[in-house]
Amino acid sequence: MLELLMVPIFTGLLLAIISGPVGCFVVWRRMSQFGDTLAHSALLGVAIGISASINTNVSIGLVCLTIALLLSGVKQNSDISNDTWLGVLSHGGLALSLVCISLADSNQIDLYGYLFGDLLAASWQDFELMLACSLIIGIFLWWNWSSLVSMCLNEDLAQVEGVSVALLRVGLMLSIALLTAMAMKLVGALLITALLIIPAAAARAFAQTPSQMAILASLIAIASLILGMIASYFWDLATGPAIVTAACIIFALSRRRATP
Amino acid sequence: MSPKHLIEARAVSVIRDKKTLVDNADVDLLPGKIVSLIGPNGAGKTTLVKTLMGLINPSQGSINRRPNLTVGYMPQKLNVDSSLPITVQAFLSMPAVSQTKIAQLAEKTEITPILGSALQSLSGGELQRALLCRALIRDPDLLVLDEPAQGVDVNGQAELYQLITGIRDEIGCGVLMVSHDLHFVMAATDEVICLNQHICCHGHPEKVSNHPEYLQLFGQTANATMAVYTHHHDHQHSVHGDVSHCDHSH
Repeated sequence: MLELLMVPIFTGLLLAIISGPVGCFVVWRRMSQFGDTLAHSALLGVAIGISASINTNVSIGLVCLTIALLLSGVKQNSDISNDTWLGVLSHGGLALSLVCISLADSNQIDLYGYLFGDLLAASWQDFELMLACSLIIGIFLWWNWSSLVSMCLNEDLAQVEGVSVALLRVGLMLSIALLTAMAMKLVGALLITALLIIPAAAARAFAQTPSQMAILASLIAIASLILGMIASYFWDLATGPAIVTAACIIFALSRRRATP
Repeated sequence: MSPKHLIEARAVSVIRDKKTLVDNADVDLLPGKIVSLIGPNGAGKTTLVKTLMGLINPSQGSINRRPNLTVGYMPQKLNVDSSLPITVQAFLSMPAVSQTKIAQLAEKTEITPILGSALQSLSGGELQRALLCRALIRDPDLLVLDEPAQGVDVNGQAELYQLITGIRDEIGCGVLMVSHDLHFVMAATDEVICLNQHICCHGHPEKVSNHPEYLQLFGQTANATMAVYTHHHDHQHSVHGDVSHCDHSH
């Protein structure tokens, strides 16, 4: 029994560890709408993968990265606000994806699994992919940590001090896209953003520095994951919702400590 | 470009979405000189400053910067999300410098007592001094200050301007300062540029040493660093000192 759970547990742990720091940037830079847009549109990758008979991991990844690049090129000055743009794209992407999946072949796809995730079904291949992506994102964040935090304060100031702001901004978006693509099968398109922002938000009450908050967010994500998986295993709950519920409980408890 | 120049801008225009933000501006920034940029809201002051620093590409004209020029920049605002836990100390430590240096500059800008405070909890004056301290951290050849006195009370403004003048005297850097209000342009300003998309006029400010309104408003100490710029052209000024009309004929 335990052997059967080893792969999902380690895949989930990797996901939790890396979503800590990435989630912090989503919170600091107010990008949760961006995360939702990516996650919802990632479903399109499922439809494309099935229709074109290619590996869905590959198609989801490509769709996520493409959308992240498109969004990073969106100009701010439009007669529609950024927030509205993302709202349209996010829900439009979700609806279009569901339509495409229905058209592709609804019997072949476990739609519920893609919407809410199935961590317990994680395969050895999922683990390897997760490991590779975590390493890429982790190294990117580690290498550019100070510059990325500086960008959250004032991008102009960061650039004057020699930070390649435009490049790092795209790098950060691609990191979120990559993580979203990886997390899709595990926690589901509808709950990816939750896994990013809730542990980070819970960590805020205990952190004095940006790096502390990132580490705490990872630890809280790990705790949520373990609690969620245990609940999921014993009570036969969907894993994604169980993990996010656990994260929400930790967040609610953290607010008791938060200074107003 | 003369070897003395920090930045030399010639005929710089910035046009965005068919709107001219800066029109045909010449700017010379030299070591040890304080240049003040004044003008009404929307005159393109911040745009010009960002263009000079290379954050915005000019649509026309040329900008020459001295090779390896280090710029200390004090932006207009930070806009930090309150979810980012950061102290003043951590904020100052972001560029790679020694803690001794940070302590030294914190002392000079009088922010030592608030080094442990969260950046988001600072008052207007404290935040401006913390930003100034950060701008000084990398030993700048040029200080660029975008409305350094905003959100600072009248007495604090006089102190802040004195501090900036003192720093210029001490390290000999050039200073480019955006000021919103004509009356707060410093006596030590070497050149004033009046901008309203195009440069209306520029030149040396005249000291107002004993103007009764100044003495009344700012007191004797502040008066030493306060000046007003007398225009040589046919501009009109509103009661706030904003330029309400600029003649294009000169």
